[in-house]
Amino acid sequence: MEDYILLGFVLILSIYLGLELISKVPSTLHTPLMSGANAISGIALVGALLLSVDSQLQTALAFLAVTFASINVFGGYLVTNRMLKMFKKK
Amino acid sequence: MDISVIQNIVYIFSSILFITGIKMLGREDTAVKGNFLSALAMLVAVLVTFINISDPLILVAGIGFGAAIGSLIALKVKMTSIPEMVALFNGFGGLATFLIAWSEFNSTPDNLFQHILIMTTVYIGGITFTGSLIAYGKLAEKIQIVKTSFITKLFTTIFYISLAFLVYSALVTPILATNFEFFTVLLVLTLIGGIGFVLPIGGGDMPVVISLLNSFSGIAAAFAGLLLLNNVLIVAGSLVGASGLILTIIMAKAMNRSIGNILFVGYASASSSNSAEEQGEVNPINVSDAYLILENASSVLIVPGYGMAVAQAQHVVRELGELLEENGTEVKYGIHPVAGRMPGHMNVLLAEANVSYDVLAEPEDVNPTMDSVDVAVVIGANDVVNPSATEEPGSPIYGMPIIEVHNAKTVFVLKRSMSSGFAGVQNPLFFKQNTRMLFGDAKDSIGGIVSEFKD
Repeated sequence: MEDYILLGFVLILSIYLGLELISKVPSTLHTPLMSGANAISGIALVGALLLSVDSQLQTALAFLAVTFASINVFGGYLVTNRMLKMFKKK
Repeated sequence: MDISVIQNIVYIFSSILFITGIKMLGREDTAVKGNFLSALAMLVAVLVTFINISDPLILVAGIGFGAAIGSLIALKVKMTSIPEMVALFNGFGGLATFLIAWSEFNSTPDNLFQHILIMTTVYIGGITFTGSLIAYGKLAEKIQIVKTSFITKLFTTIFYISLAFLVYSALVTPILATNFEFFTVLLVLTLIGGIGFVLPIGGGDMPVVISLLNSFSGIAAAFAGLLLLNNVLIVAGSLVGASGLILTIIMAKAMNRSIGNILFVGYASASSSNSAEEQGEVNPINVSDAYLILENASSVLIVPGYGMAVAQAQHVVRELGELLEENGTEVKYGIHPVAGRMPGHMNVLLAEANVSYDVLAEPEDVNPTMDSVDVAVVIGANDVVNPSATEEPGSPIYGMPIIEVHNAKTVFVLKRSMSSGFAGVQNPLFFKQNTRMLFGDAKDSIGGIVSEFKD
């Protein structure tokens, strides 16, 4: 239970940090920020790698989780990069 | 030193990179670098996780498979399809957390708290997954379903049932959560519930829904981190949760509506009290007259909306803007935060067409000087320029911040027909003395003006 309390602490602080960091984002960047944040949510990939694979069902679940998280990660970062490259001042 | 200690130290390093990355992503001059740092953070976290995996083959195969599909979609997709792509990727992230929590259920968790955590993670991940798929379908215009149809109501009802089921199982009788059949019911209800969550929400409210689903995928990842006792998942997930929440709030404010109203009520309940009969007649204009007026204008404000995206008119709009500037006209673009189908949609389209971002202005920048604008050109925007929002207290959109084009000397409205906007509210702008309607496809109309300029 102590683990959860400590990690819950990390969770609350990180959310607060996130709110502070991004509260004044210019509207030009709304889409790239959303798409970039979306790529970050692919961090579930790390979670998927940590899954135990003791049974066939679990192996299948881990494989699928890794695959879909990877689509999220690679697709998300590449699309964001493509988009940001278009933004320029003349 | 123990391997897990090294791993955790590297996770902290990765978390710092994520935090710096997302901070830099929020500023124009550092955004590209910020995205790169956050990708680097991801790479570091993934690599160090591999240290103590005994049988990595199948997992590497999964990554390779996902990387191939993801990269292919990301590099092939047209910039105009960005909203639906973001929704789709977001859904896959949600699905991954859904599967993680499902797998953890099978590792026979040993305390009640873990069970509750598993159920909540399954729920948020599942809602994110199917909800994002529906959002994808709506944005790609593959799903066109009426809010009041039986199917929509059925799915919406299942959404509420699924929510009640989660609350009941997690809070009232958590002991049931260990039951396999019970858990299976939750899995199914969640996936159907996600459909019902997004199905009734209309296209114009999509910027809010997408931001919210984005936030959910982060929160789901953070919960999965709690479940697996992994701090980098918690930090990165929370950052996404927070950024999605901020965007959701910005979007809701730009519509002057509460998040609850957007998600669960919609515009339908606020049916318009004003009828169309008092509106009078519209003044149409043709391309050559529009050209003559534009040629003599010294300042022009272009206000794009979803119609510009539909007509794919951003390139000819940029061309018109350049020709006007060569002609000595001051050109600005007035961008409303909720114009389009996702936050910042118009900015992306115009950036794709090579419009410099320093001529893109927000409503509060252009409204104070609106009476000095000679011509405001409204391209496929409707609700965001509807003067009822400032003039008619009875209107459903009253109070919504708008771009006050009706205060400009002349307003051109480019529109395919006289149908009302997403909100279903009549737009008195069309009937104003200083308004000229240029009917037809926006791309053709602007293209016509552009060729007149060239002659």
